Amino acid sequence: MSILEYNGAAMIAMAGKDCVGIAADRRLGIQAQTVSTDFTKVFKMNDNIHVGLGGLATDVQTLHNVLKFRMGLYELREEREMTPQVFSHLLSTLLYEKRFGPYFVEPIVAGLDDKNKPFLSSMDLIGAPVQTKDFVVSGTCTGNLYGMCETLYKPDLEADALFETLAQALLASVDRDALSGWGGVVHIITKDGVTTRELKGRQD
Amino acid sequence: MDTVFGIQFKGGVVLAADQSNARSILVYQNNLDKVTKLSSHSAMGVSGPNADMVNFTEYIAKNLALYELANDGTKLSTKAQANFCRNELAVALRKGPYQVNLLLGGYDEKDDAGSLYFLDYLAALQKVPYGSQGYASNFCLSIMDKEYREGLTEADALLIIEHCIKEIATRFLINQPNFMIKIIDKDGVRVHSFGGDPADT
Repeated sequence: MSILEYNGAAMIAMAGKDCVGIAADRRLGIQAQTVSTDFTKVFKMNDNIHVGLGGLATDVQTLHNVLKFRMGLYELREEREMTPQVFSHLLSTLLYEKRFGPYFVEPIVAGLDDKNKPFLSSMDLIGAPVQTKDFVVSGTCTGNLYGMCETLYKPDLEADALFETLAQALLASVDRDALSGWGGVVHIITKDGVTTRELKGRQD
Repeated sequence: MDTVFGIQFKGGVVLAADQSNARSILVYQNNLDKVTKLSSHSAMGVSGPNADMVNFTEYIAKNLALYELANDGTKLSTKAQANFCRNELAVALRKGPYQVNLLLGGYDEKDDAGSLYFLDYLAALQKVPYGSQGYASNFCLSIMDKEYREGLTEADALLIIEHCIKEIATRFLINQPNFMIKIIDKDGVRVHSFGGDPADT
């Protein structure tokens, strides 16, 4: 039993043409048992940044609170909004501070930088960051997710096509994983705003 | 071994818990009250070692009372109370964890509605329409999945609770003869029924 697989999660973030999308499943489980089918794992930090927190549910919630706090502090001091690059670096530092007693969360960050260009990053539970141009994944079925993304991804997808790609990649991946699924949510972020859609999938 | 479960209905929440206090092969008592009143309109059904149960619930209840006293009578919403509990559990988790799994139920006048929160010992919090903690889940969750509907009346909710208790009595290995059932609605927290009177010494 791995601590990172105790509650179950699946998430993807993908870049499109001047837009990003981030999707996650909705399951909260305790090992084999499903406790809830509307657990939130993707959080809007500001108009330009969404973070997906996959892993131990308690640390997902704790980390979300810590990030909200740190972001609030930054905005009070700097009198400006955080960019995704800064947020990603903050998250990385936060995680490494707990190097020998970590938060059991492997986050993904999706946002639009100050030039409205897509930004994607992911990291492991101690904050080792990776920045990519195409997609990032996290959760209990990363193998499935990588396979689906590699197959379905095309560069420069428009917002609607990006939604379809994200939705199909997520649903197909979680259907082969016992610990994730039970619905999904997809957020598409463009410079004009965020569109959120719920996915109807196999409820098992 | 503790059994705790609860259901939200239109205008409130029902919380039920078994009343056994046991360790290993010995049953100490059969009239323990595991549904603790937290504030005028909220209560917590708790499962876990007796020490952590009592210490945690008393700590939370007294802190909630202190908040009301220090803030001119402002009451905390059920959501706020649940998040306060979560934070206390999360902070304690990496120091000296409270090994308590709980279901927090409350009534909010603002929405004229009850709400139920699932909070496990690792401090994972989720608002749920119905829930259970412990081995009970194996028996009760499916019954509640089948029978729960939006807008249940109090009587309907109690019927489902009865159904769950019957199932536990039939199929659960551990004998749990007594259950404490409490209802939280606009009139506050009240005892609906119990198998063993907690006041009996």
